[in-house]
Order: sequence, then C-alpha cells, then structure tokens
Amino acid sequence: MSATMLTVKELNFYYSKTQVLRDVNIEIPGNEVTAIIGPSGCGKSSFLKALNRLYEIIPGARVTGEIIYNGGNLLSRDVDVVGLRKEIGMVFQRPNPFPKSIYANVAYGPRLHGVKRKELDRIVEESLRKAGLWDEVKDKLNKSGLDLSGGEQQRLCIARCLAVEPKIILMDEPCSALDPIATAKIEDLIYNLKQDYTVIIVTHNMQQAARVSDKTAVFLTGGKMVEYGETVKIFENPENKIVEDYITGKFG
Amino acid sequence: MTNKQTSLFRRKLHERTIKYFFFACAATSIVVLFFIAIFLFHEGVGVFRVVEITDFLSGRRWAPARVQPILGILPMLLGSLFVTVGAMIVAVPLGLSAAVYIAEIAPPKIKNPIKSAIELLAGIPSVVYGFIGLVFLVPWLQETFNLPTGFTALTGSLLLGVMAVPIIASISEDAIYAVPRDFREASYALGATKWQTITRAVLPASISGISAAIILGGMSRVIGETMTVLMVTGNAPIIPDSICSFLRPVRTMTASVALEMGEAAKGGIHYSALFAIGLVLFTITFLLNLIADFILHRYKEAQKR
Repeated sequence: MSATMLTVKELNFYYSKTQVLRDVNIEIPGNEVTAIIGPSGCGKSSFLKALNRLYEIIPGARVTGEIIYNGGNLLSRDVDVVGLRKEIGMVFQRPNPFPKSIYANVAYGPRLHGVKRKELDRIVEESLRKAGLWDEVKDKLNKSGLDLSGGEQQRLCIARCLAVEPKIILMDEPCSALDPIATAKIEDLIYNLKQDYTVIIVTHNMQQAARVSDKTAVFLTGGKMVEYGETVKIFENPENKIVEDYITGKFG
Repeated sequence: MTNKQTSLFRRKLHERTIKYFFFACAATSIVVLFFIAIFLFHEGVGVFRVVEITDFLSGRRWAPARVQPILGILPMLLGSLFVTVGAMIVAVPLGLSAAVYIAEIAPPKIKNPIKSAIELLAGIPSVVYGFIGLVFLVPWLQETFNLPTGFTALTGSLLLGVMAVPIIASISEDAIYAVPRDFREASYALGATKWQTITRAVLPASISGISAAIILGGMSRVIGETMTVLMVTGNAPIIPDSICSFLRPVRTMTASVALEMGEAAKGGIHYSALFAIGLVLFTITFLLNLIADFILHRYKEAQKR
C-alpha cells in the first residue's frame, strides 16, 4: 500500500448556481493509477479541474471543501497556484499542442520556469523519451506540433506535461479523440508512468479503466461519488447495486 | 397546368428572383471597383506620355503648374510613407494593448463600455480630428519643440495614429478571441501566469490575424486618409529624408490631389498627373490588401489542422 498523495474532503463544486460535485471524499494513493469513471455530466472533469485549480480560469466556477496535499490544503487562498500546477500537471481530452515546433512545445513549461538553455535540450529529449515519442520525432524537432497525427499529438502533450517534472498527472479522457492503436500506446504509457508519477485518469471507457488503473472511483449523475476501491473489486464485485448496473452497461 | 404546378412554378420564380437580386447587389461592388480602376487608368495614363513612369515616381521636384511642368512625386510618396509609419508607431501599441485588455483582461462589466468607446472613436469624422489637431496639437507641438511651425508630419502621425486605433483594436481582438481555449488551458496547466499565457501562447497563436489588422486596418486606411493630413501637415512638398523630418511640414499624395484638383484644367497634364497619383495610391492599397488576405488565408489554413 503506497502512501496517500491527495486527500479530498467534502469537496463541492459549483458553476454559478449549478452544483456539479457533492461532498466528495477520496484518498488518492501515490505511484498508482486512479481512474474516475461515470456517465457524462457526473462532474468527473470538474473534479480534475479542482485538483490543479484550473477551475479558476472558468468564470463562475467555485469550490468548497479541502484537498490535502503535502500537508496543506491546496484550495487555500495563500497557495502559490503557479507552483502547484508545476507539481500537478494535466493532459486534456483533445490533444492541444501549441502551434509551435515540437521542441518549443516541450520546452514551453521549462522556459516559463526559467530553466537554462543548456539544460533544455536534455529535458526535451528526456520528456519525449518518457512519452515514447522520441524515436518518431527526433529528426523533426523543428516541425510544427500540429503536423503530427492525433495520437502523436497527445503523446507530445504528455511529454510537454512531463517536462515540468510534475508529481501528479491528471488526464482528462486522454484517448477519447484517438483511434484504438493510438489508444493502446497511450495506455501502455500510462502503465509505465506510475513508477515515477501518480496518475489520475478520467475516462468514460470502462474497459480502459479496468485495463490501466489500480483504483477506481465511480461518480454518478448529480456529482456524488458512490463507490471507491481496488479496480478489480469494483469491476468484479461492486458493493453498490447502481455501480453494478452502470458497469454492466444497464445505463450510462 | 394544374393548380399545383402553377404554385410550384411561382415558388421557383420567386426563389430565383431573390437569388438574382442579391447577386446583383453583391456584384455592384465588383463592378464599381472595376470602373474606378478603369477610370483612374484612363485619366491618369496620359501623364506618362510626358514623363517616364520611373521619373514620375522618383522625381524630386513637383511643379505641375509651370509651362514646362516638372512632375516628380517622390516628396509626396515619402510624405505619405513618413506619416503612415509614424501613425503606425502610435497606433499599433495602443490598438494592440487595447485589444489584449478587452479580450483577455477586462472583467465583463468594463469590457463592453470600453469596446463601445473605442468603436465611437471610429465614428468621429476626420474633419473633427483635423480641427482638434489644428486648434490644440499644432500650437502645442510648435511650442514644445520650439519649431517655426506646428504643421508637421508628426502632427499628422499623431492624429492618424489615434484614428487607426479602433480598427486595429477591433480586428486584433477578433483574432485574439479566436484563439482556442485549449491553448490557454494548456498554458495555465503548465504553471504559466496570465501574462505569460498572453505573451507566449495567445499572441503567437494570433499573430497572423494581428498582422492583417495592422496592414488592413492601419496602413491601408491611414495612407488613404485625406482631410486630417491636409489640415495639419503643412502640405509643403519637401522631401522628408531623416528622422528630423517628422518635425517639418510634409505633403502626402492624398493632400496633393485634394489641394490641386480645383486648379488643374480638365484634360491637361496637371489633371492627368493627379489621377496618376490616385493610381499609385490605388495600387499601394490594393497590394496591402492582397498581402493581408494572403496572411489571413495562411492563418486559417494553420488553424484548421
């Protein structure tokens, strides 16, 4: 059992007056993959946006509750959001490389944080290697990131995220825009990433959750978390009848 | 014909009439453009029987009313260039900053009043700008820089610069607004501050749209502006040749045409020369528009991928 990385307590999330998460409590272990599954509109993506405080750029979004990370509440006002987002990286649903070169995409984060030019080459190579993209792009680092295929773009986004050396990686349905082969590559990658990182992945694909994750949390419409535990147990022997119905495809 | 057929026929006729009506409206602008080009060419080409086109463009002296007229428009060509470049130095930072503020920074409550104010700025007639310049800016510049006259290229640049702000701001704002939210999210998620996100992710992604705004909205409007420059730049056909020329009077191409149209005999060499100036202006604006179109087209292609 690995040490707890994040402890979420009584988390509520609102868009203006609509509540999308209700009293979520969850302990996320380090160096494991935690999957968040549930039907559309159950607040899965909002949950991720609370973890790196990205909800702050959405007008009208606000949260209550606590998320304990490194002994402090990361939702507290005096937390340095820039530093927090360096440690908690994010990969989005749609691959979103910048309209810049492959190199500049990966170097974007380190450059923001003042990494010296001499070290950039090393960081770019290392990050691309970890993302399993180095061999494909090493000869065309100056080409636009937009020239890559969808799956390559998503791995570029993962490399870009790794380049700032995060501890936690949030993934918001990272394969939903990809074909099965590209998806398989990303899933392999996620499996390898957990040696060095804590991964939290939102997905609406239950097979994917079953394949890649150690723990699974099931959210249901209305923003409640109904069950959380070992992935094997959730899929084979869920405690909650609704969860069983959801997993066996009776609704979704 | 049966009743049903008649009504079907009528409907088709109706549809067709509407289609042709709108086509005619749209075609009007092309026809007008075509005729203006033909007319300018027809009236202006006569001057090139008297003077070579290269001498016309590079001639340093303009004395069209003499018995042996000297027709060199270099002073006016450079005059227009100086005033335009000066105006851009004023308008680009102002317009672009305003666009960034409106698109990225301003809270919704402040955003709309500022947008409206900037749009109103575009609605002020150019003669009003000229008048204000004449009454305030000309004497102020004369005193501040201790000049023999306040009617200078700088005076024109300052006023035209302010006049170009609204259009640069509004086209740039559209370009910035069109940058997908994905880029902003990605940037913030990597730990960028708001300022870093604007300068390193948003502006580079909208650079083509902004360039088009500067060329279309700024340069091609400013170079064709007549009334304001006529009122405040002094209109002396002196060749501006250094940075100091900003503090001396200049004459632009547009001002020349406007000033001399009344005194040139119809059909004469002078008259034809003024149309040739019009032709030069038309060509410059046409080229600027072409460049802006090209940039915008490439930008759209890049956004599609």
